Amino acid sequence: MIRHLLSGADLDADTATEILDTAAEMATVAGREIKKLPALRGRTVVNLFYEDSTRTRISFEAAAKRLSADVINFSAKGSSVAKGESLKDTALTLQAMGADAVVVRHPASGAPHRLANWVDGSVVNAGDGTHEHPTQALLDAYTMRARLGRLAGLSVAVVGDVLHSRVARSNVLLLSTLGAKVTLVGPPTLIPVDIAGALAPGTDVSYDLDAVLPDVDVVMMLRVQRERMKDSYFPSAREYSRRYGLDGPRMRRLPEHAIVMHPGPMNRGMEITPEVADSPRSTIVEQVTNGVSVRMAVLYLLLGGNNR
Amino acid sequence: MAYPPAARSSPPRQPSVKVILASADVQRVVDRIAHQILEKTQGAADTVLLGIPTRGAPLARRLASRISTFEDVVVPVGVLDITLYRDDLRRHATRAIGPTQVPSGGIDGKRVILVDDVLFSGRTVRAALDALNDVGRPASVQLAVLVDRGHRELPIRADYVGKNIPTALAESVKVTLAETDGADEVKLYGGTHS
Repeated sequence: MIRHLLSGADLDADTATEILDTAAEMATVAGREIKKLPALRGRTVVNLFYEDSTRTRISFEAAAKRLSADVINFSAKGSSVAKGESLKDTALTLQAMGADAVVVRHPASGAPHRLANWVDGSVVNAGDGTHEHPTQALLDAYTMRARLGRLAGLSVAVVGDVLHSRVARSNVLLLSTLGAKVTLVGPPTLIPVDIAGALAPGTDVSYDLDAVLPDVDVVMMLRVQRERMKDSYFPSAREYSRRYGLDGPRMRRLPEHAIVMHPGPMNRGMEITPEVADSPRSTIVEQVTNGVSVRMAVLYLLLGGNNR
Repeated sequence: MAYPPAARSSPPRQPSVKVILASADVQRVVDRIAHQILEKTQGAADTVLLGIPTRGAPLARRLASRISTFEDVVVPVGVLDITLYRDDLRRHATRAIGPTQVPSGGIDGKRVILVDDVLFSGRTVRAALDALNDVGRPASVQLAVLVDRGHRELPIRADYVGKNIPTALAESVKVTLAETDGADEVKLYGGTHS
């Protein structure tokens, strides 16, 4: 087993499948009266969040607590970071407190990689800058497998702001490892040149959502980050929404079995209409539920045994 | 009850392998445990069989099928994975966890019979009791094993024993079953004492 989970590329097909299989077993715990397993008793997991996040932090916290680990939440606001402490000094402090795992979210791409060199424990990347968010990719893959029964041979369209999306990067890496074919869809300003080849050969790029829809098994909508809109990546929110938003008529052009995913938080009416978000094809709520199971699997596989 | 032939002394130098139970013996032993369960539980009412992976699971299914053949009662069967409850989790590389399937009727208020292939230190059974605690509250818990090889490290004993095999600590007992390994057999791999 690997020691850190920093990138979707850290996982080969066997390890990724082991995580998904373990997550499936962890999911059965959620249906029990006592939603608790003793596997990480006495281990300490630190949630180190330099960026606002609700669902990812709560999801990691729930996962660690269900495995009986002690959880310390550290958010940059109101902490020594606000007083100017560097990432390295914070890391050494956590190290001195005996953290067995550090779950880190940071606005700078690559921060978790630096952290991994400074601490003895495992580091889990919970989103770094515009780089990667591997546990999101794992829970997306888990959701696809649960709904569609397989991953190999699936055709997945990832639609929207690929340029700034760590979810997109991790998904392209993981899904292609697991044998799915990814097509990145969005306006040319939001899809980096050569990204497909750089991440995973075999990935396609399209600027026309309507042409892609009839042939996909999964449509994954990315959030349009409001802070990007003033940077003129597209002329107006309405134009973006008309060309790349998923609405009812577009959804009906998908194949019968196809599912609609979104990592959240959604901008309803922007990249996805309420009709689509609340339809039976949407897996948005399931993704949140599955997130806890997948993070339990990751924490167990990183910390459960003696992997040093 | 079929007692084993007297242990023959094996040639000293090479490590010995001795077949303790052959295929037909394993089936007879399973049949006998099924009868004993029926006898001791007054017809296996309110009883649930939970197999401990790997080989406890097919053993539990076999017991249930023999019980339904003998008495025409259906005993719910499940699987209880104990990996996350082991006391040696941290001493080894991370172990893959197996499936846990609790029968749809649950185990609350039932008589649960845990089924495993070999009873040795008792630590697996302790872990299973802990796991059971998180799944529900049975009225009582019993233990059925194909082989009891002794050397308990915890105050645990079996209610149904297929065969007692006196062993030395250096020896090892290996159970194979048709479902998991292709053939039914119990073998004793010798230490160097003989």
